[in-house]
Amino acid sequence: MIVGEQKPFEQIVKLIERYKRILVAGCGTCVSVCFAGGEKEAGILASMLRLEAQKNGRPLEVLEQTVKRQCDREFLEEMATKVGQVDAVLSIACGCGIQFMAERFQDKIVLPGLNTRFIGVTLEQGEWAERCAMCGDCILDRTGGICPVARCAKRLHNGPCGGSSGGKCEVGKDRDCGWALIVQRLQKLGELDRYSEILPPRNWTTSRDGGQRKVVREDLKEQGRIEPR
Amino acid sequence: MTEAAAPKKAKPPAEKTPPPPVVGPVSGLEKLIKAGSFVVTAELGPPKGLDLEAIHKKVGILKGWVDAANVTDNQTAVVRVSSIATAAIMVQQGLEPVMQMVARDRNRIAIQSDMLGATALGIRNVLCLSGDHQTFGSEPGAANVYDVDSIQMLGILKGMRDDAKFAGGTDVEGGRPPLFLGAAWSPDADPAEVRTLRLAKKVRAGAQFVQTQCIFDLAAFKLEMKKAGDMGLLDKLAVLPGIIPLKSAGMAKFMRKNVAGISIPEDVVKRMEGNKDGKEEGTRLAVETIQAVREIPGVRGVHIMAIEWESKVADIVARAGLKKGPGA
Ligand code: SF4
Ligand code: SF4
Repeated sequence: MIVGEQKPFEQIVKLIERYKRILVAGCGTCVSVCFAGGEKEAGILASMLRLEAQKNGRPLEVLEQTVKRQCDREFLEEMATKVGQVDAVLSIACGCGIQFMAERFQDKIVLPGLNTRFIGVTLEQGEWAERCAMCGDCILDRTGGICPVARCAKRLHNGPCGGSSGGKCEVGKDRDCGWALIVQRLQKLGELDRYSEILPPRNWTTSRDGGQRKVVREDLKEQGRIEPR
Repeated sequence: MTEAAAPKKAKPPAEKTPPPPVVGPVSGLEKLIKAGSFVVTAELGPPKGLDLEAIHKKVGILKGWVDAANVTDNQTAVVRVSSIATAAIMVQQGLEPVMQMVARDRNRIAIQSDMLGATALGIRNVLCLSGDHQTFGSEPGAANVYDVDSIQMLGILKGMRDDAKFAGGTDVEGGRPPLFLGAAWSPDADPAEVRTLRLAKKVRAGAQFVQTQCIFDLAAFKLEMKKAGDMGLLDKLAVLPGIIPLKSAGMAKFMRKNVAGISIPEDVVKRMEGNKDGKEEGTRLAVETIQAVREIPGVRGVHIMAIEWESKVADIVARAGLKKGPGA
């Protein structure tokens, strides 16, 4: 899932400073699962903003609404009425949701209430960690199922670096060295021979380096034309 | 008869143009190693500003005592004079540089371009490194590059030198750069399972020499060298173990706790504690370590790392009986 974190409250207050009616827009998918931008969080944030405005004698009306996904036109549509009633939308979806909202409601100010952090997993209640850096050409088969792009601080493909120590990364003892994990897992799987293969320089055009990315599935587009939903 | 064993039909010789010749003289360090000399390298850290006098001074201190000196490339991710410029100054002043190049700050375009530029300036030896993570340094907010890693960098530079090809497949025009390719090796590094495998990858990628993380645990080093030898790595590779003169027992303990890939046995710490003159004891230990590693098959020299204590290098080299100094 996409893991996000709400921006610090003081920052959000500053963002909305010049608007009198806002809509706090939550998203019911990824950022809801990581307790950052779902229905509950939208509610809490809206109340906090109302209180803060009241305390400072500032006129502010806060509406709130959460849809299933802000990265989907269909669900954004459900917000049209409320969006029409406010000066600005404070979206606490991920960066995609925020942008898609702005794309759909061209004449509306859309503000980011959330920092989109990474694609990751829930390690335990309250702890999330990155797992994939979306390089666009997965090599997990070569690395024991552990991603060197996302889990090595230097995205080394033939690691580890000299900074690996006791299984931890040189960047911080709170983080595992991705390459220590790769070696450990390959060994456990009896595939340490894979370690000896040199991974050649990558073609990064499938990553952000190739320009804005897009996936086009002509077969599905065709289907959509034939049987419109 | 299996197909594989069947005599191959004589193919007409492939129309392959031989790669263009190597441009310029080859590395002095390479020549010495090939001739069987026991070589000495040291380190020269460029200044954090335009205090070129600092470079001149360090060159003066090292010249005649070492065969070449490494120029660090923004080590610990702190901005300094570039390793290329510093190395070029050293060439002018007659001290052979080993130019370090880290993957942190350059993509493959810059790596290859910088390498051609360095070669044009008379630089021959290059040490390929991944580089310390930028969050430790003076620009912690910088983006890092890591388009390639140190092993891929070795492969790219080898391709330029041996095949006159850039990484993208185009031709290196007008002659091949005469590079002597090096890498770092941490024989005590984690994870232990891949210490030698990693060295093997570096050799396969193109490393002709390695300088190691500093060696205090001789037994462990011998073991790794034996493994490297058994894997057949030492025929093609010159190993220059790293030597760091300790200044005190405190320094030993600090390094043991804080520097990755270093193993300092308890008796080394005890020994340092036993002498009030830590610097003298550290120097003695360095000299003894040099004499001990010299006996290990595959060791072709030493790499003395006396960072900001460059003046110590001459003393160690002299006491180890390796060189007699300038003019000797
Ligand atoms: S290799 Fe690429 S696609 Fe696969 S997990 Fe890593 S970043 Fe994601
Ligand atoms: S310590 Fe491990 S994870 Fe960290 S940069 Fe080095 S190889 Fe990568």
